[in-house]
Amino acid sequence: MAIDWRPSADMATLRERARLLASVRAFFAVRDVLEVETPVLGQGGSTDVHLVSLATQARTDKGQRRLWLQTSPEFHMKRLLAAGSGPIFQLARSFRDGEVGSRHNIEFTMLEWYRPGFTLADLIEETTALVAALMPSAARPVVTYRYRELFHAHLSIDPFTFSLEKLRGLAAERGQMLAGALANESRETCLDLLMSMVIEPSLGRGELSVVMDYPASQAALARRHQDSDGEWVASRFELYLDGVELANGYHELTDASEQRARFKEDNAERRRLGLPEVDIDERLLAALEHGMPEGSGVALGIDRLIQRALNKPRLEDVLAFATPGC
Amino acid sequence: MANYSTNEFKGGLKVMLDGDPCSIVENELVKPGKGQAFNRVKLRNLMTGRVGERTFKSGDSLEGADVMDLEMEYLYTDGDMWHFMKTDGSFEQYAVEKKALGDTEKWLKEQVPYTITLWNDKAISVTPPNFIELEVVETDPGLKGDTAQGGSKPATLSSGAVVRVPLFINQGEVLKIDTRSGEYVSRA
Repeated sequence: MAIDWRPSADMATLRERARLLASVRAFFAVRDVLEVETPVLGQGGSTDVHLVSLATQARTDKGQRRLWLQTSPEFHMKRLLAAGSGPIFQLARSFRDGEVGSRHNIEFTMLEWYRPGFTLADLIEETTALVAALMPSAARPVVTYRYRELFHAHLSIDPFTFSLEKLRGLAAERGQMLAGALANESRETCLDLLMSMVIEPSLGRGELSVVMDYPASQAALARRHQDSDGEWVASRFELYLDGVELANGYHELTDASEQRARFKEDNAERRRLGLPEVDIDERLLAALEHGMPEGSGVALGIDRLIQRALNKPRLEDVLAFATPGC
Repeated sequence: MANYSTNEFKGGLKVMLDGDPCSIVENELVKPGKGQAFNRVKLRNLMTGRVGERTFKSGDSLEGADVMDLEMEYLYTDGDMWHFMKTDGSFEQYAVEKKALGDTEKWLKEQVPYTITLWNDKAISVTPPNFIELEVVETDPGLKGDTAQGGSKPATLSSGAVVRVPLFINQGEVLKIDTRSGEYVSRA
C-alpha cells in the first residue's frame, strides 16, 4: 500500500492560514501587545482532571527528568507577567492527548494573550474584535448569557439546585446515553454533557455568544465571585461561533496559596479517579507568590477560527499535517 | 472478545450494544471548554440495519462483536432457508433465514457471490454485489428506434425484482442493474 505522505491541507488553504496569522500579529501590534515565545516543555504540567498531558524524558544538567508538553502556554506566560512583561500574546503549539476529531487535533495552535489591568468585560470586547477582524462574517452582535440562564432557557432547570438524581436522568436522556450510564457521575459531568449536547449547538448562530458565570467548580485558573443571585461562580467566559467553542477567558487568579490548593484538589481528584497525578508547577506558584499584576487572559483555538473563517469541515483541512499523518 | 475504548472507535469496528452487534459509522469527540469529554457515536445495528446515535464518556469501552464478512455463492432455497456456499474452496455451506436475507431476496441469482455477515457463526445479513446481471422475464414489447429518448417502463427480472428500464428493452434481454439504487445501468 502506498504511504500517504501528502499534507492534510491544500496549498491555497495554507496561504490563507499564513495571511490570517499575519492579521493576528497586526491586530496585536497596533495595540502594543508584545509577541512572546515560551517553551513547549515544562517541569510542571496541567493538573486539570479532564486534560491528558503528554510527557517525555530528557537528559538535563540535573540528570534524567520527566518534562511535560504544555496543554497551553499559560504557566510560562504568567511567569513573564510576574516578571513585568506587560501585555503579551503568543501563538503556541499545545498538546492534549486523545483529543482527535473534526474540531480537535492532539497537537494544535493556541492563541493566548494576557492583559494586565483588563476586566473580563474589556477582554470580551477585545476577543470579539479579533474574531471579527479575522473573519468579517463573524462581525455579528455580541450576546452575553449567564450559564444558569442558558439551563433555564433550554432545559427549564436550575443547574445549581436541581437534584443530582434527576439531573443524571435528564442528562442521560437528553444526551442519548444508555439509561443508568450516569448513575455514579458527578453534577459537573451531567452539566458538561447537557451543555455540550443540548446547549452549545445553538450558541453563536447569527451572533457571537458569550457565556459567563460558570459554576465555581469549573473555575480552573480563574477567580470566583458571587453572582447577582448570591451564587459563587467562576469569573470566566467562553465565546461561541456557529455552535463551536472558540475561546476561554479568565479574570486571572493571582493568589498563590489558592492556586496551590486548586492544583492539590485536582491531584486528589485524579487519585480518586485512578488517573496519574501531574507534577505541580512550583515555578508558577513562586511567580504568583512574587506577585502577578491583576488582569485577564484568554486562550483561543486559532486553528478552529481559521477552520470557520475558511469554511472547512474538518480541523485537519487547515493543518499542514494533522496528527494521524505526522 | 476484546473490549474497545472510545478512542479506538473507528468506522467499521464491530461492537456489542444492547445485546446486538453494531458497526461503528462515525465517532466524534465532544468536549466543553473545561470539563468532561464525550464521544458522540453513530452506529449501525447489524441485525436491523438501523443507524442510531449514542453518547459515551470518553474512555468508556464496549465489548467487541464476533462479526465477520465472508464471500459465498448462492445455491438454492428450500422455501424455509436460503443456502449459500463459501467461495474459498471449502464447500462449507450456510443456511440463511428470511429475516437475515431481507431485501437481498429480490437480487438472488445462482452462482453469484454475495457478502454474508456472520455473528457468532450465524448469518445475520446478506449483501448483494453492487452490480448484478439479470434477465428480463416480463415487460411490455420494446419500441423500435426509441434508443435515445427518455421514458421508461417496469420490467420484472428473473430474481423477482421489478425495475424501471428504457422503452427499447425486450423480454429475454440480460441487463446490468445497480443493486444499491435498484436502477438499470445498461444492457449486459
